[in-house]
Amino acid sequence: MTMALQSTLKNMVLSLGIICLASSAILAGVYALTKEPIEAAAAAKTNNAIRQVLPEFDGEPEMASIEAGGQSYDYYVVNKGGAVAGYAITASASGFGGPVTVMVGITADGIVYNTSVLSQSETPGLGAKCTEPEFAGQFKNLDPSKTKLAVKKDGGDIDAITASTITSRAYIVAVNNALAIYKAIREGSAPDVSTGASVEDAQTEK
Amino acid sequence: MGKFKLITKGLVKENPTFVLLLGMCPTLATTTSAINGMGMGLATMFVLVLSNMAISATAPYIPDKVRIPSYIVIIAAFVTVLQFIMQAYTPAMYETLGLFIPLIVVNCIVLGRAEAFANKNSVIDSACDGLGIGLGFTMSLTILGLVREILGSGSAFGFKFISGDGILAFVLAPGAFLALAYLIVLFRKITKMN
Repeated sequence: MTMALQSTLKNMVLSLGIICLASSAILAGVYALTKEPIEAAAAAKTNNAIRQVLPEFDGEPEMASIEAGGQSYDYYVVNKGGAVAGYAITASASGFGGPVTVMVGITADGIVYNTSVLSQSETPGLGAKCTEPEFAGQFKNLDPSKTKLAVKKDGGDIDAITASTITSRAYIVAVNNALAIYKAIREGSAPDVSTGASVEDAQTEK
Repeated sequence: MGKFKLITKGLVKENPTFVLLLGMCPTLATTTSAINGMGMGLATMFVLVLSNMAISATAPYIPDKVRIPSYIVIIAAFVTVLQFIMQAYTPAMYETLGLFIPLIVVNCIVLGRAEAFANKNSVIDSACDGLGIGLGFTMSLTILGLVREILGSGSAFGFKFISGDGILAFVLAPGAFLALAYLIVLFRKITKMN
């Protein structure tokens, strides 16, 4: 082995200090270089999701937020022909493997136009199927006043994903939360937001 | 040892996954598909080559008693660089691998190569060693991911060749252990024959 420096206090402090300094300098440089692409990538992702969940609109979506129950919710407003065309609202609920975050597009007349999963960590092959059209397609052009937003097992109108009731419920809770936020945006009242599946349902998904 | 041999030894004789059984945590967790396994392997290889080179270059100036903290700082710096780059240019892969990217810092392959090889060999040799071990890791994770993807979801590198699901257990954790165990058996059998 190459003869290392003596382990005196001075040597140790100096070498560690220099290594830390050099490392942070490199990190600062890379951070500055990648800051813009990272923001662009995140913005592109959000914009894609908005375009997916709402009908065609003019210009860029505007971000807004609403304060409710001590929490602030961000949402996007899109315009078409000078009038508000719809809202893209991000809502989440706890699923089987963590939060299921869904972007819900609601048009100005209160119809759920489409939904898109932003992030989820459900079981592959089971709950993770919530992104597939077979399940998610049920939320396309859905009129919340005509459809009962709950899985069939709970007396609702939505077909749950086979063997993934918790994920299905979480998805529905997220959509409901988005609808509550939508109501709040329209009326200016506090949304009634719940957190998701309860513990006693835990054995229904395997 | 020749440079070529330094690289190939990581593929077979000192294959980190099938022979040394190092870095089992990302191996089992991220190989749900061939692409994910390959992504994890390449990410680790990137860190391994750079950290091996940096550690080999700085080792003579690092006192013995602060050796490990110094290596960890160097490795962590490269992992964070990788994180920024992946977040910027491959956001989808970054999201799939998630927590396992920062966890490369504590991957025992990386620190293991620093301790066992990089701090007593030249920069070029260390780069070759990192490349070889990294390639071995990438190859193993891709194969494991491929096997799990074929059996579990009926697809290979994202191309589905059966309709419906495969044997779901292979996408889940138990399948990872099973597939890895059989691959190790197979790998040992083949290497013994030669």
